[in-house]
Order: sequence, then structure tokens, then C-alpha cells
Amino acid sequence: MKRSLALTCTLAASIMLSLPTVVMADDVKSLRGTAGIDAASAAPVIKQWAPDQEPIERDYVQQPPLVPHAVEGYKMNRKVNKCLSCHGWTKYKEAGATKISQTHFADRDENVLANIAPRRYFCDGCHVPQRNAKPLVSNTFTPVPAIHQP
Amino acid sequence: MNDKNRQDGDSGSQARGWREFFLRPTARYSVASLLVLGGAVGILFWGGFNWAMELSNTEDFCISCHEMRVNVYEEYKDTIHYNNRTGVRATCSDCHVPKEWQHKVVRKIVATNELLHKVLGSIDTPEKFEAKRLKLARIVWRTMERTDSRECRNCHDYESMEYMAQSRRAVDRHIKGFDEGKTCIDCHKGIAHSLPDMHEEDPSIVVGVVEE
Ligand code: HEC
Ligand code: HEC
Ligand code: HEC
Ligand code: HEC
Ligand code: HEC
Repeated sequence: MKRSLALTCTLAASIMLSLPTVVMADDVKSLRGTAGIDAASAAPVIKQWAPDQEPIERDYVQQPPLVPHAVEGYKMNRKVNKCLSCHGWTKYKEAGATKISQTHFADRDENVLANIAPRRYFCDGCHVPQRNAKPLVSNTFTPVPAIHQP
Repeated sequence: MNDKNRQDGDSGSQARGWREFFLRPTARYSVASLLVLGGAVGILFWGGFNWAMELSNTEDFCISCHEMRVNVYEEYKDTIHYNNRTGVRATCSDCHVPKEWQHKVVRKIVATNELLHKVLGSIDTPEKFEAKRLKLARIVWRTMERTDSRECRNCHDYESMEYMAQSRRAVDRHIKGFDEGKTCIDCHKGIAHSLPDMHEEDPSIVVGVVEE
């Protein structure tokens, strides 16, 4: 009986101690704004994919070029890679697409293989399709003039 | 002369014979009422036949087999022909069963072979299905090549395609492709399902596979 009384007191004390933080939660700005725990945050507007366009200029050497077209429904798996059906070396001419880079045939030890290296498996891990969205983080990067006329 | 008379007489009595046949009661009913009844039964059968044809054209029917439900149907639910901007859906039979009557009946007869394999359990696990998949896909591809992708064209008509409204890549390829006599399935394989292992069909579109 004594022990449970002591426990209850400690519990009450600790709740009281944490009260100031509960009150302060109102001023805290989290990633989802100042909305309380139980309030639903406002849903962001869904951004549409950018319409197909010409290849997008690159900003630095070794940049994986951005994908200038829709990729919805394009499958990449062990059995087939949809991107290669237009970007592969046997396909790019007919498809009018950019030929997949030579560098993609090399494994990480720079051994050139007879096919696209497995580490290039998920094309969209590096080549990303575009939406007309504001950058989440601003930056002051300036492309080198040699590859990108400002 | 004699012969002709005989013939005339014959056809006259024949006509009479027919009339009697039709009007003579059978055991109990006149032939005419039997005909009406027969017609009604015929309509019922015809309607039933059509009804069965239509019933076996529904998505519910197609995916009542788990072979279809757990494999192709699940994948198809991720594609544009299931869910899209306009809410117009193409279901299994739209792509796999011809609309024209004569082709439809042929397809339904061929489908009895599928029933046989259902009973045999040829593809009753995802593994077995995957193993047979290239073979199955090839059947569909070869059929569509032969029919100039007739089932696609039931909904999509290249005569009505507005190139101004299509994406850059689509316009280029469509104009050139149709000129060269290409058909939809030449370029749009895997439009409604995951493709089978394409290594055998076209190794150049599989990452990491090296030909020995
Ligand atoms: C139907 C054919 C087709 C498919 C499939 C396809 N592409 Fe493309 N891609 C093109 C064409 C054509 C271009 C050139 C754009 C143009 O000129 O309109 C291009 C351009 C690109 C570029 C820009 C290249 C550059 O030089 O800037 C990248 C990157 C790219 N695609 C990545 C991908 C990825 C990743 C996939 C798979 C998810 C993919 N593509 C699937 C046809 C295709
Ligand atoms: C690990 C990141 C990575 C992956 C994965 C990757 N790429 Fe790239 N890709 C790059 C980079 C970086 C470049 C630019 C430098 C170069 O050529 O290597 C590039 C260049 C390209 C180019 C342009 C080549 C040129 O001549 O300018 C194409 C096309 C391309 N990749 C297609 C693909 C396709 C298709 C896949 C999937 C099979 C793929 N990439 C996977 C990083 C990647
Ligand atoms: C029952 C009618 C119907 C049939 C049959 C049909 N389609 Fe479609 N298809 C549609 C509709 C509806 C859309 C989506 C329109 C939209 O964007 O809202 C569509 C969209 C498409 C797209 C656009 C994909 C994209 O990502 O924008 C392609 C490609 C396509 N169909 C090819 C085919 C091919 C190939 C076949 C034959 C195997 C076929 N369709 C059979 C109705 C049909
Ligand atoms: C020579 C190759 C080729 C042929 C033949 C072809 N297509 Fe396409 N089609 C493409 C390419 C490439 C695209 C654009 C990339 C994509 O959607 O993957 C496309 C896109 C489409 C689209 C989407 C339109 C858009 O604005 O992106 C539809 C719908 C379509 N095709 C239907 C058909 C139908 C129906 C047929 C047969 C009558 C057909 N295609 C024949 C290559 C072809
Ligand atoms: C838009 C047209 C379209 C629709 C809708 C469609 N299919 Fe298919 N189906 C195809 C094409 C084309 C192939 C040939 C393989 C490929 O290109 O993916 C195919 C192949 C198949 C195969 C052979 C195995 C394989 O994956 O290649 C089966 C089984 C099949 N479809 C069943 C179905 C069922 C069941 C449905 C309804 C849930 C359905 N299909 C809906 C076009 C369609």
C-alpha cells in the first residue's frame, strides 16, 4: 500500500514536471507545421508529372541526366527493364532516345561487363522524372559555364 | 408428257402432304403450335447461349480462377487500363476476346483448352505460372500480330488519334510506326501485365544478364 502510494506520487510529480513542455508544444514547429498531434495536417496539392519535353540541360559533368518524360508504369525488375527497350544499344536509334552510357557497363571495380552492370539496375535511383515543384531546400549552385550556358 | 404429268401430280400431292403434315395433330398438339413452342425454346436457348457467352466475358468470371486472380489480375490493377484519369476501364475480355461474333466463338472454343489445363493444374501456383508465362504471352503476341492488334483497335483507332495531343515520343513513333505497317503490340508489350522473363525473347532489355 505504501509502495503504490509512493509510485502514484512519483507519477504525479513527473507529469507536473512535463507539463511546461506540453504547454510549449504549441510553439514548436515540426515538419508538419504547428498542428497538434490529434489534428490532421493540410494535404499538399498533388503535383502532376511534367509533360514530355526535350532533354534537360545538365548542370555538371557526371550528372545523371534528368528524365524528360513520363515513366509511369515502366517496370524495372529481374525479368525486364522497360527503360532499356528504348535506351538500350540495340534500341536507341529506332526509339530516338539517348543511348545508355558506356559507363553503365562497368562494375564498381571498373571491369567492363558484357551487359549493363547490376548496380545500374534501378535506373530511377539516379535518373529522376520531373514535377513542377519548388525545391524543398534552396541552394546557390552555379553550373560550370563549359557545359551550361546561363 | 406422261413423265411430266406424273411429276406435276407428284409435287401437287407433295404440297398437300406437307400441309397435312403441318396441320395434322401429333398425338395431341398441332405442328404449328409445336413450331411456336420450338421457336420460343430456340429463343430461350439462343438467349441462354448469348447470356453464357456474355457471362464468361465478365471480369468476375475471368478471375473466379485463382490462377488469374493472384497473378495477372493483381498486376493489371496497377495499370492504366484499370485505373485512369477518365475512368474508362478495359477489362480482360476487351483485350482477350474478339468482339465480332465469328472470332468470338472461335476464341471460346479455344478456351476449352484452358479449362483442360485448369483441371490439370498446369499453372496453379505462381511458380508454375511464371514458368509458363513466356509461352502464354507469346500466344497472345502472335495472335495480336496476326490480327493487327484487333482488340486494341476496338477501342483505340489510329485514324482518330490526335497527334497534337499526344506526347512527343508517342507522336514520333506512331507516325513512323504506322507508316511502316507496325501494329500496337509491336511497341506496347506488357501494357496490362508484368512481362515474363524476357531474357529469351530479347536479352537486350534485361539488366545484368550475360549471354554465354
Ligand atoms: C518509349 C521509349 C522510352 C522509354 C521506355 C524510356 N525512355 Fe527515356 N527517353 C526516350 C526518348 C525518345 C528520349 C529523348 C527525349 C526527346 O528527345 O524527346 C529520352 C530521354 C531520356 C533521358 C534524358 C537523356 C539526356 O540525354 O538528357 C533520360 C535520363 C531517360 N530518358 C531516362 C529513362 C529512364 C530512367 C527510363 C525508364 C524508367 C526511360 N528513360 C524509359 C524514350 C524512352
Ligand atoms: C548509380 C546511378 C545510375 C544508375 C542506377 C543509372 N544511371 Fe544512367 N547515368 C548516370 C550518370 C552519373 C550518368 C552521366 C555520366 C555517365 O555517362 O556515366 C548517366 C548517363 C545516362 C545516360 C546518358 C548517356 C549519354 O550519352 O549522355 C542515359 C541514357 C542513361 N544514363 C540511362 C540509364 C538507364 C536506362 C539506366 C537503367 C538501366 C541507368 N541509366 C541507370 C547514373 C546512373
Ligand atoms: C475497352 C477499351 C480498350 C481496349 C480494348 C484497349 N484500351 Fe488502351 N486505353 C483505354 C483507355 C480508356 C485508356 C486510358 C485513357 C486515359 O488516359 O484516361 C487507355 C490507355 C492506353 C495507353 C496509354 C498509356 C499511358 O500511360 O498513357 C496505351 C499505350 C494503350 N491504352 C494501349 C493499348 C493496347 C496496346 C491495347 C491492346 C492490347 C489496348 N490499349 C486496348 C481503352 C482500351
Ligand atoms: C512504332 C512503335 C509504336 C506503335 C506501332 C504503336 N505505339 Fe503507341 N506509343 C509508342 C510510344 C513510344 C509511346 C510513348 C511512350 C509510352 O507511352 O510508353 C506511345 C504512346 C501511346 C499512347 C499514349 C499517348 C500519349 O500521349 O502518350 C497510346 C494511347 C498509344 N500509344 C496507343 C497505341 C495504339 C492503340 C497502337 C496501335 C494502333 C499503338 N499505340 C502503336 C509507340 C508505338
Ligand atoms: C489492355 C489489354 C489487356 C487487358 C485489359 C488484359 N490483358 Fe491479359 N494480356 C494482354 C497482352 C497484350 C498480353 C501479352 C503479354 C503482355 O504483353 O503482357 C496478355 C497476356 C495475358 C496472359 C498470358 C500470361 C502473361 O502474363 O503474358 C494471361 C493469362 C492474361 N493476359 C489474362 C488476363 C486477365 C485475367 C485479365 C483481366 C484481369 C487481362 N488479361 C486483362 C492484354 C490485356
